[in-house]
Amino acid sequence: MQKINREHKVRNFHQAKWDEPIIFELHNSGERGVSLPKVECEIVECVGDGVSALPASLIRKSAPELPEISQNRVLRHYLRLSQETLGAAFNVEIGQGTCTMKYSPKVNEEIAASPKMTELHPLQDESTVQGLLEVTHKLDLCMREISGMDYFSFQPGSGTQSLFTMASIVRAYHESKGEGDQRDEIITTIFSHPSQAATAAVKGYKIITLYPDKDGFPDLEKLKEVVSERTAGFVVANPEDTGIYNTRIKEFTKVVHEAGGVCYYDQANANGLLGITRAKEAGFDMCFFNLHKTFSTPHACGGPATGALGVVAKLKQFLPGPIVEKQGNQYILNSDLKHSIGKVRSFQGVPQMIVRAYAWIRSLGAEGLKDVAEIAVLNNNYLYHHILKIRGASAPYIKGQRLEQVRYSWEQLTRETGVSTDDISRRMADFAHQYWTSHHPYVVPEPFTLEPTESTSKSDLDEYIASLTHIAKEAYENPEKVKNAPYNSSIHRVDEQDYFDNPEKWAITWRSYLKKVKEVEKIRS
Amino acid sequence: MKELKKIAHPYIPNTVPEIKDQMLKEIGVKTVEELFAGIPEELHYREEMNISKALSEYELRRYINGIMSKNISTTEYLNFLGAGCWNHFVPAICDEINSRAEFLTGYAGDPYEDHGRYQALFEYQSLMAELVDMDVVNVPTFDWAQAASTSIRMASRITSRTDVLLPKTISPDRLKVIKNYCSPYLTVSLIDFKEDSGQIDLDDLKNKLSSNTAAVYFENPSYLGFLETQGQQISKLAKKHGAITIVGVDPSSLGIVEPPSHYGADIVCGDLQPLGMHMNYGGGQSGFIATHDDIKFVQEYPSRLFGIAPTVSEGEYGFGDVYYDRTSFAQREKGKESVGTQTALWGITAGVYLSLMGPNGMYELGKSIMQKSQYAMQQIGSIPNVVASRFESTSFKEFVVDFSYTGKSVKVINKYLLDNGIFGGKDLSEDFPELQQCALFCITEIHSKDDIDHLVSMIKQCINSK
Repeated sequence: MQKINREHKVRNFHQAKWDEPIIFELHNSGERGVSLPKVECEIVECVGDGVSALPASLIRKSAPELPEISQNRVLRHYLRLSQETLGAAFNVEIGQGTCTMKYSPKVNEEIAASPKMTELHPLQDESTVQGLLEVTHKLDLCMREISGMDYFSFQPGSGTQSLFTMASIVRAYHESKGEGDQRDEIITTIFSHPSQAATAAVKGYKIITLYPDKDGFPDLEKLKEVVSERTAGFVVANPEDTGIYNTRIKEFTKVVHEAGGVCYYDQANANGLLGITRAKEAGFDMCFFNLHKTFSTPHACGGPATGALGVVAKLKQFLPGPIVEKQGNQYILNSDLKHSIGKVRSFQGVPQMIVRAYAWIRSLGAEGLKDVAEIAVLNNNYLYHHILKIRGASAPYIKGQRLEQVRYSWEQLTRETGVSTDDISRRMADFAHQYWTSHHPYVVPEPFTLEPTESTSKSDLDEYIASLTHIAKEAYENPEKVKNAPYNSSIHRVDEQDYFDNPEKWAITWRSYLKKVKEVEKIRS
Repeated sequence: MKELKKIAHPYIPNTVPEIKDQMLKEIGVKTVEELFAGIPEELHYREEMNISKALSEYELRRYINGIMSKNISTTEYLNFLGAGCWNHFVPAICDEINSRAEFLTGYAGDPYEDHGRYQALFEYQSLMAELVDMDVVNVPTFDWAQAASTSIRMASRITSRTDVLLPKTISPDRLKVIKNYCSPYLTVSLIDFKEDSGQIDLDDLKNKLSSNTAAVYFENPSYLGFLETQGQQISKLAKKHGAITIVGVDPSSLGIVEPPSHYGADIVCGDLQPLGMHMNYGGGQSGFIATHDDIKFVQEYPSRLFGIAPTVSEGEYGFGDVYYDRTSFAQREKGKESVGTQTALWGITAGVYLSLMGPNGMYELGKSIMQKSQYAMQQIGSIPNVVASRFESTSFKEFVVDFSYTGKSVKVINKYLLDNGIFGGKDLSEDFPELQQCALFCITEIHSKDDIDHLVSMIKQCINSK
């Protein structure tokens, strides 16, 4: 008997392709997916049908045109759609750089799915949620250790909402000192998340964006030029999207502080820094961590999520309330915050993520957290080392000095083959990989951003490298093959431009699609 | 027996020493420490963090479950709290789908990796569109408060005006979110309500409307549970002044109650939590925004909007981002507000819920909430000196109970109920000076006659006790 040959380095993959109709096409009049609790006869006797008690003008005249579908068909439909989604649990998750796509442990899901979490009402008496408040307080203490900050709020529902909260605090802080109108500028950098600039603009700030110097560091000389009595704050990630750690970060925060500004740190992704270096020592007044990035809570197709927001003591009174505090042996919700910005999210944010993140920290301990940072950085440097060997790939700016991620470029490959980073992105889907280019604008030409976390093994890394190597080779030998990808995805190339940017043709809902199709048919006939 | 080697952490495969060494060697460095050489010594944290040693999976489960067991959930106590987060029935299929690892651990892939995610969210938008009878719905935002805030800022950009009018009966927490989100650009003013009915005071509205009013926002049902019956008049008044009408709505009412688009709303928003999300201490909230398919409105959404398109292969549905250049992803600070991680999984779940319910399910849901809440009002209102409801307007799901004639405070009554295994209604005394010793009770399809009768008898007992 001959051993089956398994020597191929790239995966012989085909994603699930169910060719599933749109849910409305599954409609069969009279079918239903679920039944509801009954209304007792005595209640009906007392109050009648309930609906006729509504003011006549408010009774719905025509039923919503929802589909009628049996339970198992609904289940089958959504199971099939789930199979056509490449979640982090399924693939060598390296390609969504800046997103820190690490393993989300199953035991944490199990804990968070307990009715002791899911069936809590946010306005229950404090005495009946002591367990949850205790976990919240304990996570706060861990976060203080990790960041050096003095107090954490878990109310923001994401990194973007954390950035918005911090911009709100910056404004409230300056207003409390009578400098609210004078300080109308926030400084950020081009290699940081677009939400840094966008949320500060929502709070009414003028945005000043620093560009990198020749080595890829934010330009310190430029910062010195732009700070003034108008500077309200400075927001930055470190490392930025390039993965380059800004060695002079303390000088940056010093310059801003001397001008009277507040420094806030985007630590959405802090995977390379746990136990290595902290926000406090770098001179920041605030920072936040995305629990769905560094702290392993699942990304959930884009939320629900939590941004854990830490502040130094002088800013505690500005936090959105209430905050969880320990008083004797009791945990309380404290709304007594003199300068509070109010609220940014209903109730206490997304507490089921607090429980997961705390469980994750406790499954690692201080030593394990440092291992996370070290291995994530080791993995990234291994990947970096090998990607640079691929023909046509490069990593602009300073050599080395990358922590947890790298922004690479296919500039040479595109010049030599005509194959773009977007083409490669589609082709990567054929090998079961996620792949992400960059935020806009593309400062690095033909960019791609990769971030292996500590969850990736050496063989995972080798597989990802082999796929990219294979595609780069293809680009040189048979560029059309890459340009026409994908072949093994659930779908083929989408007709992008015309259907998404033309108001005559875009259809954001099924009913809108049907109307527009009908319109065109009418014109044709 | 020979001592076993150091075991790698289960979540970190490359903690295996041999592999680590091999990788370091390939990179050409001796230690991991060298990889951090760019961090200046003064910034290197050299202490050990005060975080306890790692727990094994079993120990972890036992430890955390031990702490969480101190909570008392609404499966143990009878719950009559609502006020923005509601105790509804969650079909098992909703949990099955949103705990699937594909959706649970998916994130921001393109349509070629994540076709299913795009389709599920496009379908959610489409199902929700039927419920509100409008053509555009966004990928969900954080919660109702954020949806309302963004709707208001959309209206401000569309009209180039800066004043907004909100009802005085709005949820105080929602108002806090809106105020912070609108400052410093927008001015928020509150419209009075009629004392007996809670309805918006149209005279006050007329007085406050001006040529700088960007939007009139109201809720149906209101935060205090009653239905606003003057929707048509309010939207007409707004229109007359060139302002946009925004209505916040509880989607669980829309099987039986007219959607706001039928009485003049230009933007409709609200919370998806009633549609298949567990309460999760408020972590089940998710905001939606809907409008007509008018470019003037569509171009002002900050959210992602997934659209449908053909692919190069005949007969295939494809999806993508509609008008991506609106967003902060494309334009940074020049985009519309900001976009990022919000609550997409709850959007998918709400889609599953609406597919299961269909038009008949949504009708029955609304009907049963009406019947049960009317019954509860009738029974509570029959207790001597207790008024239910405080407002003469028709309520949906929630209603205000006035205890001020009983000689007992809501605080005392709620403490008594709590001691007897009941979470009583939300005390309104602090937030609404007009509603001293009033509480907001919530009745949904999950409450049985026995549950309601038990509540009534406990309130009676409390009031009669010394």
